[in-house]
Amino acid sequence: MTIAANQKRQLPQSKADRRFWYACWAIGGVYLLLLVLLLLADLLSTTLADYRQILTNPAIWHSAKLSLITSGISAILSLWVAIPLGYVMSRGSFRGHALIDALVDIPIVLPPVVVGLSLLILFNTPFFGASLEDALQNTLGLSVTYQVPAILLAQFVVVSAFAIRTMRVTFDQIGERDEQIAQTLGSNRFQAFVEVTLPQAMRGMVTALTLAWARALGEFGPILVFAGATKMRTEVLSTSIFLELSSGDLGAATALSVMMIGLAITVLTVIRWFGMREPEYL
Amino acid sequence: MSQAKNSNPAMLELRDVQISSGSFTLENLSLSIAPGEYTIVMGQTGSGKTTLLEGICGLRPVNAGSIKFNGKDVTNLAPQNRGFGYVPQDLALFRTMTVYENMAYALKARKAPISLIDSSVNDLAKLLEIEELLPRSIAGLSGGQAQRVALGRALAFEPLMLLLDEPLSALDEKTHAKLCELLKQVQAETQVTVLHVTHDLQEAKRLGDRIYQFDQGQLTLI
Repeated sequence: MTIAANQKRQLPQSKADRRFWYACWAIGGVYLLLLVLLLLADLLSTTLADYRQILTNPAIWHSAKLSLITSGISAILSLWVAIPLGYVMSRGSFRGHALIDALVDIPIVLPPVVVGLSLLILFNTPFFGASLEDALQNTLGLSVTYQVPAILLAQFVVVSAFAIRTMRVTFDQIGERDEQIAQTLGSNRFQAFVEVTLPQAMRGMVTALTLAWARALGEFGPILVFAGATKMRTEVLSTSIFLELSSGDLGAATALSVMMIGLAITVLTVIRWFGMREPEYL
Repeated sequence: MSQAKNSNPAMLELRDVQISSGSFTLENLSLSIAPGEYTIVMGQTGSGKTTLLEGICGLRPVNAGSIKFNGKDVTNLAPQNRGFGYVPQDLALFRTMTVYENMAYALKARKAPISLIDSSVNDLAKLLEIEELLPRSIAGLSGGQAQRVALGRALAFEPLMLLLDEPLSALDEKTHAKLCELLKQVQAETQVTVLHVTHDLQEAKRLGDRIYQFDQGQLTLI
């Protein structure tokens, strides 16, 4: 028998071990079954005409394109802040650590609509004579509220909290030992971080990115409040579903949901397949 | 408290040093090691050997006293500015890098030219008899191989002093004896000063020019 064949064989298991596995599958399986039933229910309640209707609608194509672009950008931006902040929260020991820890979690615990409302207030309440919206408009010619930047900002605020949490756990798991040894070998903290810690954090970064992207794609409340749902302008897939539902077209809303689920599963599978492959060093 | 007396100017000099690790504290610790000397500190598990080495190389703060290395006060310097070659007990090899990259790490951090890095790593690999391992990843190395790589990584930038934390523990008898010989050979060829902590008396007698016993936070010359 070859070594490869040997490696694929499972270790012998006792009856008690097998019963444990069955119990795990039985308990977790209930949730998996629920998910499959949800998908089946969506699929069975739609007709080909529903899919034809949404696929020939230019507003839907626009919202799909806008959803993919904004969720991609906000996921990348969230990783950009999650890496340094996650690192500081993992390694740093300073006064106010617990307070910052709680602050980072605010977008996770708050109802999403509150995030949208807070953004609306932040940008449109006059501070020192002018609102932030007016200041940006007058200095940079940039409109945020009810425009595409509002979608990005709403997604970014919410999904960054998830990305930061993921990166913090990643750095906690990697530990500081290798960085310390790198420092005794002549590296400063930055070099040790970039050359020793970041390569080990690759899986965590992929997880944070995919989690942030998926959350951004499905974000609804803050976008509706802060960016609105104007067709061909600020309408994203989640708001499209809401608009179809509001207009009483349940078939189109469900078909759109199925399309969104398919899109999310495809993108997440591809990213994870590329990013989570067993690294050579393991 | 005990202090070694040497006629030569010391390579490493600890004066009334206090280092803490959690609730454990080493106090009033003094030690002097001459250039080129192979010093062994023996002690049981939990006696503070690792705390001592981590304090010397800058991974633990020194609460009181001073550490002089090659005539320079390094007590408050960051680890990267001290210049000790440190081999920790857990080795802490960088597992996303190959053996070559691990051994080249300190020279790269010092922005050494590629030709120098290449020749230094290859010469060291030859000395440590791990040339064939250079392209391999860290995963799958045996205990003895990993010890040699960690030693090579610490020696690559030609430090004046090596700090070895139980470098031969958890090795089988044959590999242990072979690595003992290798350490002797490396020190003879590089003239590096060594501070080696261990709990193994045979190992200490085999390698040490000077042997200290670490007991209840105090060093006694054997």
